[in-house]
Amino acid sequence: MKLILIVLSAIFVNNYVAVQFLGICPFLGVSKKVDTAIGMGMAVTFVMAIASAVTWVIQEFILNTLHLEYLQTISFILVIAALVQFVEMFLQKASPALYQALGVYLPLITTNCAVLGVAITNIDRGYNIIESIVNGTGGALGFTLAIVLFAGIRERLELANIPKCLEGFPIALISASMMALTFLGFQGLITL
Amino acid sequence: MKKFINTLTNGIINENPTFRLLLGMCPTLATTSSAINGMGMGLSTMAVLICSNLFISILRNVIPDKVRIPCYVVVIATFVTIVDMLLEGFVPSLYSALGLYIPLIVVNCIILGRAEAFAAKNGPLLSIADGIGCGLGFTLSLTVIGAVREFLGAGTLFGIGIISGWYEPMLVMILAPGAFLVLGLMMGALNKLQEKKNA
Repeated sequence: MKLILIVLSAIFVNNYVAVQFLGICPFLGVSKKVDTAIGMGMAVTFVMAIASAVTWVIQEFILNTLHLEYLQTISFILVIAALVQFVEMFLQKASPALYQALGVYLPLITTNCAVLGVAITNIDRGYNIIESIVNGTGGALGFTLAIVLFAGIRERLELANIPKCLEGFPIALISASMMALTFLGFQGLITL
Repeated sequence: MKKFINTLTNGIINENPTFRLLLGMCPTLATTSSAINGMGMGLSTMAVLICSNLFISILRNVIPDKVRIPCYVVVIATFVTIVDMLLEGFVPSLYSALGLYIPLIVVNCIILGRAEAFAAKNGPLLSIADGIGCGLGFTLSLTVIGAVREFLGAGTLFGIGIISGWYEPMLVMILAPGAFLVLGLMMGALNKLQEKKNA
């Protein structure tokens, strides 16, 4: 039951993009087309689920046992960078089609703060390994949902007649604001 | 000396990280719920930026080209950890307000961007100037956005009540949607000013 609540909370109530502002760079950067947004969402989901598990193991068995908690930031970011590189190499060999589809978005995930954010949140909330993975996957699905919806909005904006000074980023931000407003409607639905 | 000043002002106006280069959007949106929080985030980022720029510039001939990104990340993460501990020890109120976003300074694209674009190619002194300039530009933007949101959303500025009684604060401005809205409208206004200037 708690797992279902964690998933729903991560996707809707505490959506990483619309409520917690994590992963805004890819959210604004690669949301011009729905196809690429889906690709980015898939790549993030993949990395975030694995990163949640790996960082949990590192925190529990290395940092906590050796009392090196202060090295959390450094070790997590290195692990995530290495992980992204590894996933990239693995996909290149195992599934060239998926690798092609994800293309340039894979290396970009290292600087997606949602990945590091979810890893730190898991530890802060004291989740066990299953809960961490579920939270990571749920958060990534929430990210995918937000970025795909937003890409849909932006595709329409291309055709809209908007004041010149608002073209490009300003109007994108204003639309994102409206989207965040709808996500605010889920607030208080689930309290963990 | 002239080059030093130019590098410094470049980061504040021409290459303002927030409004011109659109870098570091996550902390910009997340921590500007009040002017003080925005300023605190800006100054923490500036401290990390200056230190990492200096060290990466000193080490630029030692770091092998192929593994430069992990090396930069380790340097940056070290300074972020230091700032994290200092804030926890000396400014606990700010530390709890910024929370998760302090360790996330590591993945702030401004810092890695300046390391790659500037510190890796220039001497230590100029790199410090670049760090101060970009840091100040970032701090300034965050403080202004924070002030606007705080004023509209809570009716205060830097925690001091400005308007009370006759104005009902729009709470939504200090919540998530307000962040996107204020930043979007401010960018639009700047574009408008630029248009007028060019015309």
